[in-house]
Amino acid sequence: MLGIKEHCAILGADVTGRYGAGNANLFKDIEHLIRLVAVIAIALVAFVILRAAVVPHSFGQYGHYRGAAIGEIASRPVAFAGHDTCEACHTDVVDQKKLGKHVVIACEACHGALAKHVDDPGSVQPKKLDTAIVCARCHEANSAKPKNFPQVATADHSGGIACDTCHQPHRPKIETAKTETEGKK
Amino acid sequence: MEITRRRLLVLLPGAAVAWKFVLAGTPEAAPNYKLTEHWWAMLIDIPKCIGCGSCVRACAEENDVPEGYFRTWIERYHVADWKIERPEVESPDGGKNGFPPHADDGGKNFFVPKLCNQCADSPCTQVCPVGATFITPDGVVLVDKSYCLGCRYCIQACPYGCRFLNPKTNTAEKCTLCYHRIIKGLTTACCEVCPTGARQLADLKNPKDPIHEFLRTHTVQVLKPHMATGAKVFYNGMDGSVR
Repeated sequence: MLGIKEHCAILGADVTGRYGAGNANLFKDIEHLIRLVAVIAIALVAFVILRAAVVPHSFGQYGHYRGAAIGEIASRPVAFAGHDTCEACHTDVVDQKKLGKHVVIACEACHGALAKHVDDPGSVQPKKLDTAIVCARCHEANSAKPKNFPQVATADHSGGIACDTCHQPHRPKIETAKTETEGKK
Repeated sequence: MEITRRRLLVLLPGAAVAWKFVLAGTPEAAPNYKLTEHWWAMLIDIPKCIGCGSCVRACAEENDVPEGYFRTWIERYHVADWKIERPEVESPDGGKNGFPPHADDGGKNFFVPKLCNQCADSPCTQVCPVGATFITPDGVVLVDKSYCLGCRYCIQACPYGCRFLNPKTNTAEKCTLCYHRIIKGLTTACCEVCPTGARQLADLKNPKDPIHEFLRTHTVQVLKPHMATGAKVFYNGMDGSVR
């Protein structure tokens, strides 16, 4: 076992623990340290380079995720154009709807997604709707529907006849003089 | 300024943070849309829901939701008079094609539309091991398809059952609150087609949004408040039996 004096001699310090000025022994084995430092430095550089290559640039931009993902998700094209877009052209239907309860319903709620029709109104045309099916989706009687919502048992009410035989869908209340609209201008 | 050791210790972390932003590059794809100026939520007015399934169909069409999976769905509740803790819940095909006609079967009957609650402290985000699911600075929980491993942790973690594994891509999927629409100033597909206004998109950071007045004047709840998820889908007129 080594005594305090031997320890101090190895470390290049004097017996009191202070590193003496005249101790040339201190850097005697410096090559070992240099090699060790070099290995660590190379490993560090390799890690930094690899990390930069593997981790996407936008990771951590807003948090622990890839910031660019927000833009990618946001760039998806829309399928439903929105009623404001429809109403820009089909003003006659808007006027009709204003006279009835269906004014609050967006066009695409019944006519389906029509962003493609907006992009190319000539070649993409909305399908003609079967009112016997479309109207019943909302107005078929169901005990879970709010009591004040107008609902009918279609089998009794119309017996399967298309609803637009009597009702005008854009202005559903039956009036004596039925007003036609083709949905086009 | 002399660079002392102490000053260097202060400067280095600051420089590291700045460098991260340099590496991150330019953000925000839509120039007129500021991520920090919105905090999205949704309001669901249960007494207005007629269970027509328009929202479910519109969601599937807008977002290419695979057949048999749902990002939003409608449940029909039947609560017998004294069985408030044991409601009968059905959701045939997510309510996509509406609900079969029911005669008045006594008790209480109503529809509850469900979707991702866009939780501010969402369990799904917390469990994701790779940072593939996250909450955006404007409060929408999204999934990064190209980063998701498909490990399904998030699907188990969601207390509302709002996530599924897309069988084609094998990545987790959920309601994005139609993120691609709302940043363009449109409403979500489900809100767009809802014929009775039972669903309304809300921006909690917009002081002019009618949601603020509504929340003040109505008895509004979120689903499973005891889970402390910070859910942002607010339900008006929700019965105590709703799970």
